[in-house]
Amino acid sequence: MASTDDGREGVSGAGLLGSDRQWAAGTTPRDPTGWSATALGIAVLVILATWSTLNGIHSALASVKSESVATTAILVLCGVAVLMLLRPAVQSWRQAQSAKGALAGKDVVGARVANAASREDAYVTFGYAAVVVILLGIAQFFIANDLAVSRTFFQVSLIGSSLGLTLKAFWTNIYIFVVAEILVLIWGLIVAIARLLPGDAARPVRLISTIYTDMFRGLPAIINIYLIGFGIPLTGLPVLKDLSPESYAILALTLTYGAYVAEVYRSGIESIHWSQVAAARSLGLSYMQTLRYVVVPQAVRRIIPPLLNDFIGLQKDTALVNVIGSIDAFNQARIIASNHFNLSPVTTVALLFILITIPQTRLVDRLIERDQRRMRAGGT
Amino acid sequence: MAMIEIRNITKSYGEFKVFNGLSLEVEEHQVVCLIGPSGCGKSTLLRCMNGLETIQGGEIRIHGDRMSGPGVDVNALRRDVGIVFQSYNLFPHMTVLENVTLAPVKVLNESRAEAEAKALRLLKRIGLEHKAQEYPDRLSGGQQQRVAIVRALAMGPMVLLLDEITSALDPELVSEVLNIVRDLAAEGMTMLLATHEMGFAREVASKICFLYGGKVHEEGPPAQIFSNPSEERTRAFLQRIIEAGRL
Repeated sequence: MASTDDGREGVSGAGLLGSDRQWAAGTTPRDPTGWSATALGIAVLVILATWSTLNGIHSALASVKSESVATTAILVLCGVAVLMLLRPAVQSWRQAQSAKGALAGKDVVGARVANAASREDAYVTFGYAAVVVILLGIAQFFIANDLAVSRTFFQVSLIGSSLGLTLKAFWTNIYIFVVAEILVLIWGLIVAIARLLPGDAARPVRLISTIYTDMFRGLPAIINIYLIGFGIPLTGLPVLKDLSPESYAILALTLTYGAYVAEVYRSGIESIHWSQVAAARSLGLSYMQTLRYVVVPQAVRRIIPPLLNDFIGLQKDTALVNVIGSIDAFNQARIIASNHFNLSPVTTVALLFILITIPQTRLVDRLIERDQRRMRAGGT
Repeated sequence: MAMIEIRNITKSYGEFKVFNGLSLEVEEHQVVCLIGPSGCGKSTLLRCMNGLETIQGGEIRIHGDRMSGPGVDVNALRRDVGIVFQSYNLFPHMTVLENVTLAPVKVLNESRAEAEAKALRLLKRIGLEHKAQEYPDRLSGGQQQRVAIVRALAMGPMVLLLDEITSALDPELVSEVLNIVRDLAAEGMTMLLATHEMGFAREVASKICFLYGGKVHEEGPPAQIFSNPSEERTRAFLQRIIEAGRL
């Protein structure tokens, strides 16, 4: 391009680009045999380790006389399944050979393609092998010391016999967190709105709600439950002194988690663009109407994931009520565990807590997805 | 007496004086276009007029009644003075119909049926009654802005403020929005427009105001301002608009 009439220079005359650049992207590929050989070696090692571990499990089961056709079948199946590791490893080796052949025939492009495939398969082998190694580690932990770990945490007979009692006690946890969650949703919103009230008149209200959130977010939940659960009955205050331990737990957890959730609400409300507020106010809606119909409905949609985080935290913290002697699942399990000198009932409770959170996460994901599909343009 | 009298208003953001004794009169049924460089206060003036922002000196009177300063019922003021924004600002969590009926139901206390009938009538006039149950994100920018105009009209405003309502639109969507403004002008709606659409301003405006230096630097009928501006600043501004191919 020559220089144009308005005085700007064309590309050729300018010094913006180097002049002695060479095409460097066309190098011949390196030999991938090393990678594929390593993949093959690792696959074989991991398979041997797996077989040895499976053998260990088998003899451990035999020693406690709980081997059966079913367990043996499962072990054999695992032993066969681990052979799948050889598939990508062998594939990688074959591609490496074909890359060598292509290179010998001066087919650079063919060599590159085979090389890339060889590498990809080698990496697949490493990825799966790493996970198998982790699983083997866990299995070794459970069978170590003559099945000591398994017996301490997973004594099936004790889990079975204590399950009824633990499940029944788990209702206490569910009762506490369901009631507390409802109260937290309301209380947190009140605190958040108090903290965001505009104007000079609301300054003291803003201050007191700020102090509240600062205090109760800093106060450990277990101390809060302890103080309220033991302290309020001692005060002898009418009505309040006669509440059940569960009610004190609900009160304490609402105060603690209300502070967290108020902050979540606040961040949600503040994330709504001011133009939404301007639009609502310009239509004559009052400040409170704007919050009620425009800001909070949009904010709530945004804060559902962090809100769920806090709720899962609250659900787990219901186990803290054992400090005030409420018979929840954890406390019940501890009693059984000390009677039998075995931790298996506590493991059951641990599993129960995990089990209730997973469906909630999935449900919330589903709800968010549905809501977005409704509001967003199709296809995106 | 003019319907809207803006007298000698002042407003500063820190050191920066947005208004430095700005005065402006708008007669009933007039369409006044505010033009001027970015940051000259076109949008701020409109926002002050319906109480979204406050002025620091001077006063704004509507029908002779002072509508600025303390003690004014801004919620009532906003029922009479509607505003439409550059970025539409529809409520994304509500359908088109809910967007339009929210304020009539909650502020004017109309029954839901009554408000919906009125909303559908207005949506039909702009050819969007089939979108009543859609969410704003499923509408094009031009459609969203038309809904935003209808949302303001559903409150039955006496004055409509339009704040660069076509600036965020793709060029081919501008006309559908401007046609509505044209219809409203023909029906006698009193309007103030902040705009960069000079051709449109020339066509619909009863009066053009060029804002500069915190004041109305020059005002007059479109024919005079666009063909024969008397001020040097106005001429320079319009020259740049012509160079950009916008006039």
